Amino acid sequence: MTQTTWAYLSNNFIYSAMGVFALSLVVHAFETAWAVRVPAGGADLQKMDYSKAEKAARIGTGFMLLAFILLFVGVVARGLANGHVPWGNMYEFSITGALAFVGAYLIALRKHDLRWLGLFVSLGALLTLGTAITLLYRDSAPLVPALNSAWLIIHVITAIISGGVFLFSNIIAGAFLYLDSRERGSGRPAWAERLPSLDFLDQLSYRLVAFVFPLWTFSVIAGAIWAESAWGRYWGWDPKETWAFITWVAYAAYLHARVTAGWKGRRAAWLCLFAGSTFLFNYVYVNVWGTGKHTYSGL
Amino acid sequence: MSIEKEIDVPEIGAGGLARFAWRQLTSMRTALILLMLLAIASIPGSLLPQRNQNPMAVREYFINDPTLAKWIDRFSGFDVFSAPWFSAIYILLFISLIGCVLPRTFEHLKLVRAKPPVTPKNLQKLQGFTIFPSEGEELNRAREFFKEERFRIREQDGSISAEKGYIRESGNLLFHLSLILILIGVSIGSLFGMRGDAIIVTGERFINLATSYDSLSYGKLTNERSLNTFSVRLNKFVAQYDPVTNSPLDYAAYVSIEDEAGNTTEEVIKVNSPLTFGSSRVYLQANGYAPFVTVRDEIGNVTFQGPVTFLPQDSNLRSIGSIKVPEASPQLGFVSSFLPTYQRDPEAGGVSVYPELLKPRLLFSIWEGDLGLDTGIPQSIYTIDTTEMTRIALDSLSPGERFDFTGGSITFEKVEPWINLAVVRDPGKTYSLIGGILALAGLLASLFGFRRRIWLRVLPDGQVEIAGLAKNNSAALDLELDKFTRHVKGEK
Ligand code: HEM
Repeated sequence: MTQTTWAYLSNNFIYSAMGVFALSLVVHAFETAWAVRVPAGGADLQKMDYSKAEKAARIGTGFMLLAFILLFVGVVARGLANGHVPWGNMYEFSITGALAFVGAYLIALRKHDLRWLGLFVSLGALLTLGTAITLLYRDSAPLVPALNSAWLIIHVITAIISGGVFLFSNIIAGAFLYLDSRERGSGRPAWAERLPSLDFLDQLSYRLVAFVFPLWTFSVIAGAIWAESAWGRYWGWDPKETWAFITWVAYAAYLHARVTAGWKGRRAAWLCLFAGSTFLFNYVYVNVWGTGKHTYSGL
Repeated sequence: MSIEKEIDVPEIGAGGLARFAWRQLTSMRTALILLMLLAIASIPGSLLPQRNQNPMAVREYFINDPTLAKWIDRFSGFDVFSAPWFSAIYILLFISLIGCVLPRTFEHLKLVRAKPPVTPKNLQKLQGFTIFPSEGEELNRAREFFKEERFRIREQDGSISAEKGYIRESGNLLFHLSLILILIGVSIGSLFGMRGDAIIVTGERFINLATSYDSLSYGKLTNERSLNTFSVRLNKFVAQYDPVTNSPLDYAAYVSIEDEAGNTTEEVIKVNSPLTFGSSRVYLQANGYAPFVTVRDEIGNVTFQGPVTFLPQDSNLRSIGSIKVPEASPQLGFVSSFLPTYQRDPEAGGVSVYPELLKPRLLFSIWEGDLGLDTGIPQSIYTIDTTEMTRIALDSLSPGERFDFTGGSITFEKVEPWINLAVVRDPGKTYSLIGGILALAGLLASLFGFRRRIWLRVLPDGQVEIAGLAKNNSAALDLELDKFTRHVKGEK
């Protein structure tokens, strides 16, 4: 197959993945909003009928998995079209990032029942892919010489995986804050009654961060090694590097707050959201509006 | 009457105050605040242009809004990462770090060599407590297990106390100490390093002397005498482009190197593979085209001859440049652009449609008058200040062609690529790299290590008790206790 065919194929797979993410979104929305039949006499956890929600959750997860596979094929095909790893511009970062994000969710599903998050996960994936294909799309192209390095591959893939997991832990922290505020007020809504305890969410978002923080550290080091061989300095406070540093320090502060200062719950969740948003900011602001050495080939 | 007698105020002398300040500085809360401050303090450095990266953008700030720019500059907003307030934050953070980590390191070293604490009297309340009748072999089997699993143990009439997982604290300390090593590496680099840029046209030779550089900067504790002697001759520069997207595929500079001893070697410099001379490295940073021109006066005397480096403006290497002839009288200036693959565009005029030299063309307008070179104001080599000049002609040439104007002629001889070499010495980078690797190793050990104690006691009445205690990760301790109990019972 020629490279153009691969590129064409990649686009089609990514469109199909978006279609299936949309299905997953609808089914998960159904799970959340309507599938619980509140029995007469109020929401008593023991008496609630979750059978429909359970069925919806299973179907939604099926769609999610299918969409993940389609997206995976789309990303691989893009790599084949390029003749190099598909991490050369914003469009390619976005599709790979969405893949890592959904992947983090699916892996976490194997250990914990988090299917109630499917709504947000499919929404996040759809938004990322949607902006990617409408605003950021670039034709498949060869890598510029500076990007042609093994360290780049290592640096970028670890950064993308870290980003996917950071984002996922932010979603958990967000869910924590929402449920926490409901519990302080009128109590959890009926559909949320079977969701995990606040304590569990608190721990999970921490464990995700503790797990990827070394990976992110490694990614920054790999980037520095690459910068040394391409630009003659391993650290230059370029905007992208500066924000990578800010993210690293913010997550170090978060780990400190948890491990040594004993922060938990709401304060920790806000700090987690702050640290995660520095990563998102780096991704969006510095890539799109920023200047500096990291802006290649017009996005 | 004095209040002091009644309330018994503790004495806070200078020593007490210092101790108090030190305790505050090395407290966890301070570390947390300083870390957050460091993150926040870096933000302006990414939003405002920085002098050492983008001096042009800083200058623009001063032109567009001088009062605001002056205020920003007063707070070092254009040099955030060398600003006093930025340095203050990270220096305090590292003092706090040393004050926190060094005592812990000594304590930890003592602890690692010490025996585990004695078995507590009451094991019932601890994790995974089990009790079962003894068969007589339990102590031996436990000893065997702990030896195999490399626990540290302390034995005491009928009981064993075992401990493992100091690697968690070791890792944590290693991580924090390695951060100091990274900082040392960065400081060495900025004190003893140097960085210079030089443009070489194909066929030219660059000799590593301070005067050969277009720009050169040194660390605070070093100077030009520290340059090692070598020279680089650019024999050929090859750039490959993708014919579909016009984007570059590969750049290769073929050079001859002469080292201190006078030995010559042939090398290739590429974007991601610099040359190394001791602690200096030579990087390929940029490239462009340099048209060779000859300018003659009306009687045919050469007033200017040689290559002129042009600055690329787009991905098809449309380049701008200026040819200045101060020898001519009146002085001459050629405001020029160079197009490697020329094409006429009805709107934009001359454009380049491909970055290689398929149809090279030099476009210029000729100006006569005062070039303004003696005013003392530094000028860009790529542009001409034409305020004191008048335009006398306008034309374009292909290689080999000549254009005659009143007062002389210009010949476009040929065109050759130029490259920009960066020569960098950073004697601190190895320390930073080692620091980074150690920090990562320490981090992994600290986040995934897990410290726990296990106790076994054979009671006088022939019962065996087992229990444990975990600092973190009690789920993993449950599994381990399970395995231990089975081993002690002689089950496999
Ligand atoms: C350069 C600044 C610093 C950075 C980037 C940093 C980073 C970190 C990180 C990422 C952790 C988490 C590791 C873990 O969970 O075990 C941690 C833990 C810790 N840090 Fe720092 N830290 C810094 C400064 C300090 C300072 C100034 C202190 C002392 C006041 C300190 C004391 C500790 C302690 C006691 C732990 C907890 C270890 C544990 O119990 O697991 N750190 N630090």
